[in-house]
Amino acid sequence: MTVLLETSRLIRRYGGVTAVDGVDFTLNEGELRCLIGPNGAGKSTFFKMLCGLVPPSSGAIKIRNDDVTGMRPHEIASRGVGIKTQVPSLFDGLTVRESVEVAAMRRLTPSAACDIADETLGHLNLKGIANRIVGQLSHGQRQWTELAMVLSTDPKIVLLDEPVAGMTHDEVNRTEDLLKHINTTRTVIVVEHDMQFVKRIATKVTVFHHGRILIEDDVDRVLADSRVRDVYLGKSGLRYA
Amino acid sequence: MRALQSHVTTIGTLVAGIVLVGIVPFAVAPFTLADLTLYAAMAILAMSLGFIWGFGGILSFGQSVFFGVGGYTYAIVALNFDSPSLALLAAIAVAVTGALLLGYFIFWGRLSDVYLAVITLTISLIFFMLMNSMSSSIYRIGDVPIGGYNGIPGIPPLVVPGTDRSLSVAETYVLVVTVALLVYLGLSWLIRTKFGRILCSIKENEVRAELLGYDARLYKLAAFAVGAAIAGMAGALFAVYSGLINPDVFGIGFSAQIIVWVMLGGLGTLIGPALGAVLIQMLVVWLGKVQVIDANMALGVLFIVAVLLVPAGLVPRLQGLLAVAFGNLARSRP
Amino acid sequence: MALVLHDMNGLLMDLLAITLLEIFYGIASLALISLGLAIIFGMLRVINFAHGEFLMIGGFSFIMLTSAGVNMWIAMLIGAPLIVGLLGIVVERVVIRNLYGRIVETILATWGLSLFLMGAASLLFGYFQRGVSPPFGTLKIGNYQEGVYSIFVIVLAAAVYLSTYLVLRYTKLGLIARATMQNPEMASSLGVAREKVYAVTFFCGAALTGLAGAVLAPIAGVVPTSGLAYIARSFITVITGGATVIAGTGIASVLFGTVSQLTAILTRPVWGEAALLLTAVILLRFLPAGITGRYFRNGL
Repeated sequence: MTVLLETSRLIRRYGGVTAVDGVDFTLNEGELRCLIGPNGAGKSTFFKMLCGLVPPSSGAIKIRNDDVTGMRPHEIASRGVGIKTQVPSLFDGLTVRESVEVAAMRRLTPSAACDIADETLGHLNLKGIANRIVGQLSHGQRQWTELAMVLSTDPKIVLLDEPVAGMTHDEVNRTEDLLKHINTTRTVIVVEHDMQFVKRIATKVTVFHHGRILIEDDVDRVLADSRVRDVYLGKSGLRYA
Repeated sequence: MRALQSHVTTIGTLVAGIVLVGIVPFAVAPFTLADLTLYAAMAILAMSLGFIWGFGGILSFGQSVFFGVGGYTYAIVALNFDSPSLALLAAIAVAVTGALLLGYFIFWGRLSDVYLAVITLTISLIFFMLMNSMSSSIYRIGDVPIGGYNGIPGIPPLVVPGTDRSLSVAETYVLVVTVALLVYLGLSWLIRTKFGRILCSIKENEVRAELLGYDARLYKLAAFAVGAAIAGMAGALFAVYSGLINPDVFGIGFSAQIIVWVMLGGLGTLIGPALGAVLIQMLVVWLGKVQVIDANMALGVLFIVAVLLVPAGLVPRLQGLLAVAFGNLARSRP
Repeated sequence: MALVLHDMNGLLMDLLAITLLEIFYGIASLALISLGLAIIFGMLRVINFAHGEFLMIGGFSFIMLTSAGVNMWIAMLIGAPLIVGLLGIVVERVVIRNLYGRIVETILATWGLSLFLMGAASLLFGYFQRGVSPPFGTLKIGNYQEGVYSIFVIVLAAAVYLSTYLVLRYTKLGLIARATMQNPEMASSLGVAREKVYAVTFFCGAALTGLAGAVLAPIAGVVPTSGLAYIARSFITVITGGATVIAGTGIASVLFGTVSQLTAILTRPVWGEAALLLTAVILLRFLPAGITGRYFRNGL
């Protein structure tokens, strides 16, 4: 197995608060990893550092031995990292098709991007809304559109921040299938609160707590671990408070 | 759809070109032609701001700086070297250089919209003050005194390339109008290219564009430079038209006007700003002639009313009405 | 020899004193013309491009009132602020209220207002300069002369800043204003009528601007286009100061006042102005959210 993504002693402070406190994280090629942890555990900040939105206070991030620490989002993105943010970040004034085409254009000519957009839209079942203005879509449709944009950039690593939040039962099922399908060709990291969903998709789970990795193991063992239950029930939270 | 729009743009421009270049010069009096030349130069300037603001999301209050710098450069180079063609190129080059420097400052500093507006406004005021204060004859570039608030008079007209013959009023008119039409076509084309579409997406959501791998700063800088090149050229053509350039081009009133043209005509279109410029220039000229009411007062009221009542601008409003009339045939695009 | 040295020393001291006074005056006038704008920007996030014209109208109100026989101090400290404050309320009602949250449209509409007011003033008062000679006479420092009125402006600016701070910090009005500034939805859910707060804030900002216009009129004189001379400086001061009204504008005034006056004394006035603007451009390159953007977020 080759290591695709590696962070060492990654730290991020905001003023006096340390949101991420020395995270050593390794991700192998082809994995589908879930990050869980209570609110404020540092998962989102960790994600933001991975895609360059927030520079680390110290520590290093490597993608395939390529040191990307402190690089700006577009540099990291062009090294094959795609992120679907928690609140969809979209081009509200463009149509769905235009958005996906623009996303694909970084590595392709406009006409090739058009073909890829066709393919991705078909794949995600979005052909029906291809010519709608993104700003007028429903919440679920916005999530899918963002995913379509991310996928059409052909990323090696896909970061998904709470992909099923606010989705209906059917949409969750579809997302599950889709994630598994994406994982056949790409490495995926998912931040998720919904434990049922985590159980359905993940094999390996990393638990964040107080900005550190509390435990990292197979999904069943993690969910059975008493420390994890304590964290979610707030016991250790109380102790630290 | 896109191909159709592109054809409409080309054919429309062609028809406008035939009328403006082929018929108008023979149908109207020379002093009207001179007025029309001015309108065309202003339309070029308006499109330059319409492009960077409407398609790049860059609200610059300093587009007049590039216009003014273009005009002054043309005057200084043309008078020093006696070569109007070289002067025209120099005007564009100097404006672009200025835009690259200023743009680096703004976009690499990640200044937000409001700060960008104030910084660009400040730059134009610095020029206004400095140019106004350089009235002593010690301030000169080559043989040409800057002239302070009097500006530089006696700017030579363009010549027929390879000869010494100056362009006539009608020929200058044809040249400026042709440039205006070419700028319109060129920008319409640029917006549909890969560069233009990425630029638009950056305007929509800069963070998302960066997460997709685009360096937003670079795209905005490029757009800013293109806008400056066009504005600088407009300034040079204005200097050719009027034979005089003075610090008023750096004044707050003029930079305000450019923004009104774009707002009133329609942000997010190219034809809108051009029309806005022509209409308001006509209004200003008319107000100056009838002398009933202070021009500033009338413009001020128009400005407020436009913002409150037609926030989208005239052209998008018209397109909207047409779209309703023709059953959504026309989408609101340039 | 000793005597000459003593004289040199004295001359140097005089020069130093007069330079300091000029710098303090520069700071005070900058602080005065910026405060009203800062209040309107800091509390309402409205950029009032007609600010320069508010100053101009403050100046004209003062001059018109005094020439109509009103006591000079009443005209300056009450008359002009009241007139411009009321103008502010009208402007808020008719124009600004429809545009809250739309910064670009607000800039454009207030710009239109600025043109309108400039045109109206030139219609009413014509284009020749009007003025009132400054009271108090002059002060002799060695071989230099300085108007005592400059010292009055310095003291007044300090007093205005202090009282604005006290009002914002310790009165109910200030509390409501601060709450609305921090979180408009929250404040209005607490039963604070947002429209009223906005109107009052706009009145206060405009009134302080009117006061500044009146105070500076005896020194600078007034023409319909006077606003243009002030607007760049006050904008730059407020924007560079950042979102905190008192601290930001105060610090920026000290910085820019010093830079521009020193440059003006050493070279020519026009370079002083240019130095101010250039300092601001460079400063904003490194502090995009203004001086207080990072450190005083919850301050005043």
